[in-house]
Amino acid sequence: MPSTAVLLSQAFNGLALGSLLALVSSGLTIILGTLGVLNFAHGALFAVGAYTAFVMMQATHSFVLAMLGGCAIMLIIGFTMERLVIRHFYARPDEDQILVTYGIGIVLVEGLRAGFGGNSQRVPVPSWGTGATKLGFMVYPTYRLQLIGIVAALLVGLYLVLYRTSVGLVVRAGIENAGMVGILGIDVRRTFLLVFAVGIVAVGLAGMLYAPVVAVTPDMGASFMVQSFVVIVLGGLGSFPGAIVGGLIAGEIISLTSAFDSAYSEVMLYGLMALVLVARPQGLFGTEGRV
Amino acid sequence: MTRGPLRALLPELALFFVLLAAPILLPPLGFSHDLLSRALNWALFGLGFDILFGLAGLLSFGQAAFYGAGGFVAAYLLVSGTIQSVWLAFLIGTLAAGLFGIAVGWLAVRRIGIYFAMITLAFGQMAYFIQNSSLSDYTGGENGIAGVPVPVIGFGDGAFRITAGLPMYALLAATFFFGFVLARRIVRSPVGLILKAIKENTPRVAMLGHDVPAYKLAAFTIAALYAGLAGAMLGSFQSYMPPDAFALETSGQLVVQTIVGGVGTLVGPLVGAALWLWLRDNLQLVPGLGPLWKLILGIAFIGLVMGLRRGICGEILHRWERRRDAALLRAAEARTEVIEAATGAVTPEVPAEVALPMPRPAIDGRASHAEIALEAQDLARHYGGLKAVDGVSFRVRRGSIHAVIGPNGAGKSTLFKMLSDEVSPSAGSVLLFGERLTGAGGARAAQLGVAKSNQLNQLFLNLTVRENLRVAALARARGRFRLDLLAPSVGRAEVEDQVETMLAILDLGPRAETRASILAYGEKRRLEIGMALATSPNVLLLDEPLAGMSPSERVATCALIRRIGRSCTILIVEHDLDAVFDLAEQVTVLSDGHLLADGPAEDVRRDPAVRKAYLGTGPEEDGTGESTRIRGAMNEPA
Repeated sequence: MPSTAVLLSQAFNGLALGSLLALVSSGLTIILGTLGVLNFAHGALFAVGAYTAFVMMQATHSFVLAMLGGCAIMLIIGFTMERLVIRHFYARPDEDQILVTYGIGIVLVEGLRAGFGGNSQRVPVPSWGTGATKLGFMVYPTYRLQLIGIVAALLVGLYLVLYRTSVGLVVRAGIENAGMVGILGIDVRRTFLLVFAVGIVAVGLAGMLYAPVVAVTPDMGASFMVQSFVVIVLGGLGSFPGAIVGGLIAGEIISLTSAFDSAYSEVMLYGLMALVLVARPQGLFGTEGRV
Repeated sequence: MTRGPLRALLPELALFFVLLAAPILLPPLGFSHDLLSRALNWALFGLGFDILFGLAGLLSFGQAAFYGAGGFVAAYLLVSGTIQSVWLAFLIGTLAAGLFGIAVGWLAVRRIGIYFAMITLAFGQMAYFIQNSSLSDYTGGENGIAGVPVPVIGFGDGAFRITAGLPMYALLAATFFFGFVLARRIVRSPVGLILKAIKENTPRVAMLGHDVPAYKLAAFTIAALYAGLAGAMLGSFQSYMPPDAFALETSGQLVVQTIVGGVGTLVGPLVGAALWLWLRDNLQLVPGLGPLWKLILGIAFIGLVMGLRRGICGEILHRWERRRDAALLRAAEARTEVIEAATGAVTPEVPAEVALPMPRPAIDGRASHAEIALEAQDLARHYGGLKAVDGVSFRVRRGSIHAVIGPNGAGKSTLFKMLSDEVSPSAGSVLLFGERLTGAGGARAAQLGVAKSNQLNQLFLNLTVRENLRVAALARARGRFRLDLLAPSVGRAEVEDQVETMLAILDLGPRAETRASILAYGEKRRLEIGMALATSPNVLLLDEPLAGMSPSERVATCALIRRIGRSCTILIVEHDLDAVFDLAEQVTVLSDGHLLADGPAEDVRRDPAVRKAYLGTGPEEDGTGESTRIRGAMNEPA
């Protein structure tokens, strides 16, 4: 049995990982819920976000400016992807959508590899986030604490957009019944474009925020993508609250299990997914038969 | 049908000679024996995936799990010395992957499309992590297992070791060849036809009485077995079992290779793999291009998915078939135009007697109920606060034609879906010859003899008319599930008799080899009804069989229904009240989810409540349109 201090610090790690997963998954889930497209390029876009932070940090030496510039770049990437490719796939079978986004993922990752090489890059921790913070019962890296706060703020912001604005109302209505929204005379195409871009910015931001904590490589997003798939299966496909709760659960399971035996952390996660699939196939917050 | 035996074996023969010639002709082009061996290993892996995705339409991103499982089980058994025979290790590795496939498939096949891809991907990753950490004592973790022996033929001094190079190529080519022959048999078996139909229209396959999850699981397990064998051979042929066999990259590479080579062609994975490996080996040598080879391939892949999805072999096959069948296709399309232009002129011939060769399911109900074919007991279906159907009871006498009518939104379609057990009722139950039907599911209901034709056509559009009917008749002949992978789908005489009879009844004989998508609308409607009838049902549910038909087609279809009714209980929902009162002996009227009237057609026609529900109580209208027609139907005796 690990000590309480280890468990506590792992619980905090789980919160940091979980909130990040929640951000990645909420981007995935609003795209899936509204557009009906499962974005297999999501992991690659996470890596693109991290590389954007790397480039912008070198150019501006300011983390905040890097974030803002990064968001703009991700927004442009999102718009371009939707306009050039995704738009033509709304009426095509799920399998085609999966295949084409998977192809985009390959191109993005290989593009990163071609541009930056296969070696890992480092993004410095912002000046206001260096060092460690005493929490009374333990000492914890400051940036990771801030990371939890920033991601929580971003998720609240996304929540407000989805649940308190008219655009969000259209998005949520689209998740329930996209055909009906179109019949009501709302320009679904513009909403789709916006939702796709917002989803891409969400995953890109997760990549940017995570960049100072890890080695930045072209393949860094793959495991995040798979974990975010597990998260939205847990939470329910297309459910925003499900993505957040599912993300936190997944983060805690991975972190807390590795306090005991890190070999089983991922295995536990997939075990839980299998359990949910058997006991509650629609996920924690999902409705039966929607997707 | 008329093709010679040699013609039917053309793909096998062609592949045989290609595999024979490849190691002689291809090396100068940059395909070394080693590259060809690796491509064949991928191709064997891909055969299973092509059955899963190309045939059954299930896109899995977790095939690496079975490739790795087969590989590591075989490699561990050999290197640890548990087993001496490499051949036996191949077999055990294959079976282990198959078992793993059953476990994962059992969870995955209940879900479709997006969910299926995500679940298989996640389980693939789970296998990767288990190999890399939990089981690393056995699998070597990140190091994999080195020193896997090669297979040996013979014993003692005469033994021949199948080493890398040409001998290994020969072994892999022979394995792939037999795998291909087997896969072709599977594709042409009843299971193959049913999987093809599942890809076209899954709900209809279940409605006809096939156990869809079981067939999907079968396809998934077959794919896992192929993957397991390929994995087991990989370790032996490289004398090293790499951990990346389990990696997500492996599953992805398989998907890309199969799509590029051509989905559903069985040789597509081979061509895709050869191209992938050739690009990697040769582009890497080109200065400046080396790191970009995968980027180029990725862009090409996007282009392929966006444009034509047939892939290399699929495109070649498509062009060849189009040249061969162009005349036939044009003739079929021309005939469709003639039929659709000539409204009223063409009256389909209907045989006087509708006698189906295939027996109906036996009725083992209690004697007291035997006169009642179908009974609804307090059926209700609520969607949230909406009560689509609310406490409806009625009985359908055996051998009668019974109609259900009611205004739009009365709950007729929901009622029908409950009668065929597609939708489970919120309350109440359905009895078929006195036995409870509710809760068994659509496939079971169909097996018990309840068939349904739909308001909107649910055909297998890319199958021929004959194949559509065959899928239906096979459900009666084979039951819910049967794994006759090696039998030809055309091999059951009673099924073929049934199909021929149905073609005659439906007057679709000349159109037997035409794809359903090309048929004229009226023909599609007849095929829709015909598929239900081809299952030799005891009770036939017809949901608006006349919808969208021309007047002459209506007359012909009514005649057909009446003749079917001589040997089969029919329950019909229809808006054409002329037809209803012409056909039905008993009529049940629904309104707002409630039973409004139920009785002999004559009584119902005079029922004031029914007139009110249909016509309202308002003043006389202008005398045109629907209400007048309805009034007409209600006034004139048949």
